[in-house]
Amino acid sequence: MISFILSRISQSFLVMLGVAVISFSLFTYVGDPITNLVGIQSSDEHRERLRESLGLNDPVLVQFARFVGRAVQLEFGISYQQKRKVSSIIAERLPATLELSFLSAMIALWIGIPAGIFTALYRDSWLSHMVLSLSLIGVSLPTFLIGILLIFVFSVHLRWLPSFGRGEIVDLGFWTTGFLTASGLKALILPSITLALFQMTLIMRMVRSEMLEVLRADFIKFAHARGLPDRVVHFSYALMNTLIPVITITGLQLGSIIAFAIITETVFQWPGVGLMFIQAISEVDIPVMSTYLLLIASFFVIINLVVDLLYYFVDPRLRVGRRT
Amino acid sequence: MNRIIRLTGALALVAGVSAAVPAQAETFRFAFQGDVSSMDPYALAENFSTAFHSNIHEPLIRYDENLQIEPALAVSWELVGPKTWRFKLREGVKFHNGNSFDADDVVFSFKRAQAEGADMSSYVGGIADVVEVDARTVDLMTTDVNPILLNTIAPLVIMDKQWAEANGAVEPVNVGKNIENYATLHTNGTGPFKLVSREPGVKTVLTLNKDWWDLGNQTFNVTDVVMTPIGSDATRTAALLSGELDLMFPAPVQDVERINASGVATVLQGPELRTIFLGMDQERDELLYSSVKGKNPLKDKRVRQALYHAIDIDAIKAKVMRGASTPAGLLLAPKLGGFNDALNGRLAHDPGKAKALLAEAGYPDGFDIQLDCPNNRYVNDEQICQVVAGMFARVGVNVNLLAQPKSKFFAKLKEHDISMYLLGWIPDDQDAGSVIAHLMVPPADGGLAWNGGGYGNPRVTELSRMITSEVDAEKRQAMIDEAFGIVKDDVGYIPLHQQALSWGVRKGVTVAQRSDNALQFWYITIE
Repeated sequence: MISFILSRISQSFLVMLGVAVISFSLFTYVGDPITNLVGIQSSDEHRERLRESLGLNDPVLVQFARFVGRAVQLEFGISYQQKRKVSSIIAERLPATLELSFLSAMIALWIGIPAGIFTALYRDSWLSHMVLSLSLIGVSLPTFLIGILLIFVFSVHLRWLPSFGRGEIVDLGFWTTGFLTASGLKALILPSITLALFQMTLIMRMVRSEMLEVLRADFIKFAHARGLPDRVVHFSYALMNTLIPVITITGLQLGSIIAFAIITETVFQWPGVGLMFIQAISEVDIPVMSTYLLLIASFFVIINLVVDLLYYFVDPRLRVGRRT
Repeated sequence: MNRIIRLTGALALVAGVSAAVPAQAETFRFAFQGDVSSMDPYALAENFSTAFHSNIHEPLIRYDENLQIEPALAVSWELVGPKTWRFKLREGVKFHNGNSFDADDVVFSFKRAQAEGADMSSYVGGIADVVEVDARTVDLMTTDVNPILLNTIAPLVIMDKQWAEANGAVEPVNVGKNIENYATLHTNGTGPFKLVSREPGVKTVLTLNKDWWDLGNQTFNVTDVVMTPIGSDATRTAALLSGELDLMFPAPVQDVERINASGVATVLQGPELRTIFLGMDQERDELLYSSVKGKNPLKDKRVRQALYHAIDIDAIKAKVMRGASTPAGLLLAPKLGGFNDALNGRLAHDPGKAKALLAEAGYPDGFDIQLDCPNNRYVNDEQICQVVAGMFARVGVNVNLLAQPKSKFFAKLKEHDISMYLLGWIPDDQDAGSVIAHLMVPPADGGLAWNGGGYGNPRVTELSRMITSEVDAEKRQAMIDEAFGIVKDDVGYIPLHQQALSWGVRKGVTVAQRSDNALQFWYITIE
């Protein structure tokens, strides 16, 4: 077990290094950071001095080595645009993204799994058909369109919910939260639904098809024949056996919820790391972009690790197999 | 807020007088498409930033609603020598923290704006020295005779020397050195508003400075300001329509009709000072991006004329800009110093004549050329280029359009790695002289890098030097007219239009819209 974790962690470092290499080589194509750092009438000498002081005249390899050297010491430099430490900018922005992603994942799971079970058990009922048809919208409409639609219905026409921002937030020192105020909670509703919709549909459809498959399996028939109540058969046996792929996908999706929050954050002006990344791209803020990519890569790596570990708990065969 | 209004209303009834009601709190919430990059007023010499900072800090002299110069921290000024300006400073002005404003703050501010890391070189580059004569008097020495010094320094706001020294903010932040700076997040100005809180990229809150020296002369009633950057056009519009904002800009052209029809807000439009135009490579002997080899068709005036005649500016105005533009014949907007309406006519839209001119120049079948274009800088910049490409195609010139984000585009333009391009220009000092210096003098004659096509004419170069130091307004105007006349005659550029300022304003909010797009909170009244 421990050797398994260690080998995964060492692999993770290779992955991170790979991400750093790829992202850094991409930065040479995003444009000239100096353009966004000075007014248009600034002199050429001023631009050249700035370029020199930022080390932009060095070869890409040297710049990369410098970045990695600093990153290893958890030192990510200063944002070109905001002139503040990248680490403190990310620390400010991360809670917003994590709260939004967490809530979205919860919505996706708590609606997706029950809906999947329901549509599998009562697959001929009209409600199942309706849920399935509606869920098609979730996968076929792009996220930004859903966001804009929700804004126009609930903010502009009904005026129930805010169209942008996080509302009032409470600062706990190390964390800012919107869960503690009414306006913060209201602000969470639309973006989290927007972000959850795709994952919810995915989870629902996966649970449904896995469940249908398992329900046809011999051991379920035997369980029914043995006279076990439906509730026990469905939830203790059928559901448990469908959960392995669901956990894998959900885990991986949690990473993508955080990563793809970019679009939702842009539509709702949600002040998280995704919005920060979009702003950084348009301003060619290289320290912010590279740190964000490393952060997202590390999320994926950690989530994968956790997912692998979860298998141990869900699937008894794995535990037995290792012991023998 | 409602409760406060009802409460004060009730009090007024009880008291039976309305004049005695104290000013109620009015919060002004607005959104711009981006954020101010830093609270340090010298960090970036860019229009939105300098305008925002002038609500917190003040310059020596400022612009009024009609862009006329009026005294701010300086009460009077005079030329005491050909290159020396003497400014008398206002008495009794206090910074937000209570420090008093003196001559040493002015000296300090000019020095700081010239320091490494500050981006104010275009404002203070021509200033040789700043000397304190006494506590209320400062002398500004310029390197050359400078007839428009007042315009040049108008955006430069004054910071507090004692405050900067106490907080280690004497020098502006230098990103290369990896050290943060107190002034990035904090301010201490003399202006009408004080900074309350600052979350970069998220929210910035200001409150009224009740001790502002000019408060008694103003009629605005805004007491608090909340600024949120909203990058997405659709969200910005929705936030205005849902009543969450009092003002937002720019209002997307495609949403203007909908906002006006909504009944909750209207779009305030006016001509901006920036002129959008096409530039052409006239310096190389062979174009970098064209099917014509061995020669440069754009060096032939007839070709440039033909391209000008090919453009249907009314179609661009109607279809691309939806009416929100002012066709231009000069690279200078009305309201800017040196503008002359007599010269503002355009070459007519005439595809037949364009074809004839091309044939005459030896290109009866036209040619291929690349047009470089930013896609996130000006209003509908990429669409303008697409339409222009279509108009050129009609006279036989096939355009290969390369539309890129501004970071890529500007880097390419600066290297003159370009054959034809679309650019917008607004002079920092609101004056024709710098337009000529930046765009109409070729690099070989000491011109500046933004003349991307290397246009040049010896007489214009000569005039540009004379304009820089001519103090007689009438003579100077004659020179400016001559220079613009020559450029027009040469078809050195193809002017297109001034895009419109476009502010979405909630009903019940009154605001003065200044042509330089500067939002000054003391121009705002909320009902």
